[in-house]
Amino acid sequence: MAITSADNRGLRLTVRYIVLVLIALIFCFPLVFMIVSSFKPDLQLLQDSGNLRAFLPVGDLSFDNYFAAFERAPVGLFIFNSVMVTGVTVLLSLFLCSTAGFAFTFMEWRGRKLAFTIILATLIVPFETIAIPLLLLASKLPWIGLDGLTYGWLNSYQVQIVPFIADGLTIYLFAQYFKDLPHELIEAARVEGATWWQIYVKIVMPLSGPVLATAAILKFLAMYNQYLWPLMVVQEEGYRPVMVGLQYFFQLNIAWGEVMAYLSLITIPVLAFYLYLQKAFIASIASTGVKG
Amino acid sequence: MASKFTVSHRSGWLMAGPAFGLMVAFVLLPFVFAVAFSFTNQRLISPNPTEFVGLTNYEQLLGLGLLTLDPLKDASGAVQMKDGEPEYPSLRSYTRNNPDYPQYDGKREWFSFSSGGDARTFVLASDVVFMKAVVNTFLFVIIVAPLQGGLALGLALLINQKLRGINVFRTIYFMPVVVSIVVVSILWKIIYDGNSGLLNNILSGLTFGAFQPVDWLGNTNTALGAIIGMSIWQAVGFHMVIWLSGLQTISPTLYEAAAIEGASKWQVFRYITWPGLRNTAVLVLIVITMQAFGLFAQINVMTKGGPIDSTQTIVFQAIQRGYGKQDISGGSAISVILFLIVLSVSLVQRYLTRDKEAK
Repeated sequence: MAITSADNRGLRLTVRYIVLVLIALIFCFPLVFMIVSSFKPDLQLLQDSGNLRAFLPVGDLSFDNYFAAFERAPVGLFIFNSVMVTGVTVLLSLFLCSTAGFAFTFMEWRGRKLAFTIILATLIVPFETIAIPLLLLASKLPWIGLDGLTYGWLNSYQVQIVPFIADGLTIYLFAQYFKDLPHELIEAARVEGATWWQIYVKIVMPLSGPVLATAAILKFLAMYNQYLWPLMVVQEEGYRPVMVGLQYFFQLNIAWGEVMAYLSLITIPVLAFYLYLQKAFIASIASTGVKG
Repeated sequence: MASKFTVSHRSGWLMAGPAFGLMVAFVLLPFVFAVAFSFTNQRLISPNPTEFVGLTNYEQLLGLGLLTLDPLKDASGAVQMKDGEPEYPSLRSYTRNNPDYPQYDGKREWFSFSSGGDARTFVLASDVVFMKAVVNTFLFVIIVAPLQGGLALGLALLINQKLRGINVFRTIYFMPVVVSIVVVSILWKIIYDGNSGLLNNILSGLTFGAFQPVDWLGNTNTALGAIIGMSIWQAVGFHMVIWLSGLQTISPTLYEAAAIEGASKWQVFRYITWPGLRNTAVLVLIVITMQAFGLFAQINVMTKGGPIDSTQTIVFQAIQRGYGKQDISGGSAISVILFLIVLSVSLVQRYLTRDKEAK
């Protein structure tokens, strides 16, 4: 046989790449199908879904589906609502969960151990098991807003934000990260007379870039993709986020081109954000897996 | 390391208090409510006052009964047949207002099996749909946990090679994770379509037309499987990344030593990689299991529990009752049952995967 070891290595390398590419196709094809279809008229979309043209930007391409989607539903409003709810929740969560993680890691106070145990215990409570009683609670809670004192949080922004600001995983991530910071630095600052707030702002936060990115990305994904909760608590159009807004496209006659356009509209920004920051995204998932 | 400089009761509560308070209000309190409501007849909106009803909600969900019946016989003593099968007395005569059999009242047939001779044992359940939901959820978890964990490990090993451009593949494999499960469910609903669906067309193309189209989501035999396949497609990248971070904690010197000793690929995996991934394996298993028990969005978008309840799940039932029918107490009881299941499964997993050497 005249196969040299160099040929052999080249062949094996080719096989490896073929395997990698085939698997990549499996993970790509529904998303490619979605984006390509969003530019096709309904009839052509259905015809193409029977062959490989489903994945190719061929035929009568236009932005018509996108214009039609905006006409069918207040898409801009839904996107605004989602961005607003997600943004506010991420910011408040970063602030309150990092201060909590800070207090749990660096400070000694009465009830600290018990409070931390309770927070860790909530990690095994799936959200689905508290959704129903939380719904009842949310329907009765008081709120002071522009209309004065009102009861019931259904159909509002706060019902989508407040329950999700603090969560066990985020607090735990901060506490884990802070544990590895040099404690001598903090004690020294205390001895020098620095207040806890000064230590938090001037020493700890500037060192916390990675954990802030991790917590922000995880919260962003969870909030933007939320479905079950807004489905239950938001009936009014004015407060609907993008995932619930989908319902508008499944009423009466379904126009698949419009559905694809809407799905692309709400998905492509997240994909772009991910591709831009993919190292940080993957690092943030990986860091939830490092057990402390 | 408590020193007088780190003790600050007031500042401690001031900084941890807001987050802790929110968690008490929106996680702990609803959880306590769920337990409390499950013993009442609480509804979302009701003119009647809430009453304590004891275990009624649980009995209505979990009540089971066994009923063994002999087939009907005609005057000559021969077994009566109907459509080639022995005919049995009507179950309704036992389950509808029969004062002799109060334990069967209101129950319906779940399934039955032959119990020797012509006799047949009928398993009656107070809530057949819920029972199916429990079975489906367990099926989902039992299939998804090892399959998704295993595939994720395979991908992680594949991605952990030193090849040019490998990060591009890692980025692509992880991509579905950032896409909403609702979006993914709609896309796959179209792919699974029985007539012009992509999957049928691809399979038919690969087999040169020999493959007969299947209505993947409309068939009781394939619906749950189709949802399992799609769920794994969406989430496997997440666990691939967790495995990868585990792989990277294994010291390269171990692999160098193995290469010098001339170990085979399988030996390297068996004696170096796998033992090094122990903690990761436990974590991946527990995380997948917990996520799998929460199965809801896929069902709500793709099948609504159908066809013929073949994709009912525990959470879907909890939401249908608690929200759809505004039956807070019934939904809460299901939530409590789900919590107890998740808790016991994760305790069992922890026990089975405990570190036997480190005592």
